[in-house]
Amino acid sequence: MSRNINQPKSSPKLLDVNKLAVEFDTYGGVVHAVRDVSFSVDSGETLAIVGESGCGKSVTVQSIMGLIPMPPGRITSGSALLRGQEILGTAMIQGRDIRGSEIGMIFQDPMTSLNPTMSIGDQIAEPMQVHKGYDYRKAYSEAIKLLELTKIPESTKRAKQYPFEFSGGMLQRAMIAMAISCKPSILIADEPTTALDVTIQAQILDLLQELQRETGMAIVLITHDLGVVARLANEVAVMYAGKIVEHGSVEDIFYRSAHPYTLGLREAMPTNDPDKQSVLSPIPGSPPDLFSPPVGCGYCARCPWSMSVCESKNPEGFYLNEGHYSKCWMHHQQSPVKPIELYFEQQTHG
Amino acid sequence: MGKLVGEPILEMGNLTRHFDIGRKQFVHAVDGINLTVSEKEILGLVGESGSGKSTLGKVVLGLEPKTSGWVKYRGELLPQKYKARDFQKWSGKMQMIFQDPYSSLNPRMTVGEIVGEGLRLRSGTTKSQIKDKVADWLLKVGLQTDHMSRYPHEFSGGQRQRIGIARALILEPEFVVCDEPISALDVSVQAQVINLMGDLKEKLGLTLIFIAHDLSMVRYVSDRMAVMYLGSIVEVGKADEVYFDPKHPYTEILVGSNPEPDPNLERKRASTTIKGEIPSPVNVPAGCRFANRCPKVEENCKRVTPKLIPLKDSDRQVACHLLN
Repeated sequence: MSRNINQPKSSPKLLDVNKLAVEFDTYGGVVHAVRDVSFSVDSGETLAIVGESGCGKSVTVQSIMGLIPMPPGRITSGSALLRGQEILGTAMIQGRDIRGSEIGMIFQDPMTSLNPTMSIGDQIAEPMQVHKGYDYRKAYSEAIKLLELTKIPESTKRAKQYPFEFSGGMLQRAMIAMAISCKPSILIADEPTTALDVTIQAQILDLLQELQRETGMAIVLITHDLGVVARLANEVAVMYAGKIVEHGSVEDIFYRSAHPYTLGLREAMPTNDPDKQSVLSPIPGSPPDLFSPPVGCGYCARCPWSMSVCESKNPEGFYLNEGHYSKCWMHHQQSPVKPIELYFEQQTHG
Repeated sequence: MGKLVGEPILEMGNLTRHFDIGRKQFVHAVDGINLTVSEKEILGLVGESGSGKSTLGKVVLGLEPKTSGWVKYRGELLPQKYKARDFQKWSGKMQMIFQDPYSSLNPRMTVGEIVGEGLRLRSGTTKSQIKDKVADWLLKVGLQTDHMSRYPHEFSGGQRQRIGIARALILEPEFVVCDEPISALDVSVQAQVINLMGDLKEKLGLTLIFIAHDLSMVRYVSDRMAVMYLGSIVEVGKADEVYFDPKHPYTEILVGSNPEPDPNLERKRASTTIKGEIPSPVNVPAGCRFANRCPKVEENCKRVTPKLIPLKDSDRQVACHLLN
């Protein structure tokens, strides 16, 4: 039997986001950017949030970080608990700053995210001066150690240089060094390798994995590249039109895709399989307008199997396995459509 | 997609483009490229950023002058530096689709003006003819005719790239350089644009140079693939062969760095990370350009520059001492 999405919770997770909803006031009306998003992540785990641009991935993590400008932004409901304590709307818990100290963040574009007028060493030292109260000299020597940790050669010399003297890959390393400088328990990586070449991307992904092994921090990875997800993630949340439509382990998502959108994303991407036919199947159409989000399932206009119920009623989450759910009406017991391409719960289960 | 090679449509000989950056220093963006593109094939051009792919595309079309070397189009030598008249002559035959659909469309022109501009500049077409043709092309690339009066900001990235495609193809060129046409787009939209280009290529019999840094995508679209590193070509061959059986150490690493959307494979695979970054094209190292990052480097590599030589019993060309 498929169970309802609201399962009883076990012990408090490191980060537990529950029913988060974020809106923005614009001249065109209210944009419902994030609608009812719940996920959690534990130490040493990597959660990937996947989806097309505009689906609300970045807004989700920015609201957790308190980086949403308010106004025009507004968190209308939901909570985000860090070790059981609410962090939405506050900047500090237990005497520690959340931003920078508890949660570190690396941004997509390293070229525009760093201050061009400060040397790299000073920039990395700054969070330690602010959050940990280090004096400049101690913070600066820590910064050099961090540059070594992120494998920047000649770190003493490099620390004196300015962002324009660094290549894209080096800047991303410097940004990682800055993000982990206060030993955060969670690292949020918002498309950390999208602006980089594949060879440099591989280096950065290796580095993130290594740092996670050493420090045991949790990583929340935002990306649209399923290859990066396969490489790094344990857990995956697939977002579409402001909602998480499927959530599960990385194996669930790749080998037991249960939502048509997840399948669509996978089929639109080239694989390395030489036997696969050389035609990509794009997802037709484009995502819905979030000024007036659809009443039913956000994906039904693009879904090849959409039914009449999909337009009128929002699908609840159907659990297929422990921790694997899909918000799609086809998982309802009475659904007449059960395409073989999708994974359905085995009848013997539960 | 291993089909027979047709007549050469475009030939490059020792093609070079250096940029003067003062103090007697030069950026060796494109350095002695010899490459042939056959009729109706798609040649994929891959490499890291800074390898000179885009510059090569621009030099071929005359958007950048050549420092030395030559380009022949159907046997006819193209001018060293284009003048207005040369552009008039060749723009009908060769066109370009640009990388960034946001900055490559003039925000103050309507879509109709953007797409129709090439026709307007060509003598002998009336306004109503242009309008009909623009409408026709908008439909062909999957837009609507009433989009003609709108401005670029009213469109999404995928739609803008379609406008760019219509603008390039309305002049009915035979040969098109596509400079990373999909890298600014979302995954689901990438596949839409790729399939559209494939359809149009079949219908119109186009020859394409497809520039990209995403190898797996290039494998899907191309017949042949050329791998560029620091201004020169290190490997050329059939796309599938280069991708699944790379010969040059750089190609091997490039293919190996590409993460595959399959978690089990990813976990099993040994890390093929390459150390360091692409060196500055100002001081190009002597010998093999890849020597300082190559895992298989030998003494000879740092002294002698390897030539792009065909391998035995195949149409693959590789520039590496270890293979020749």
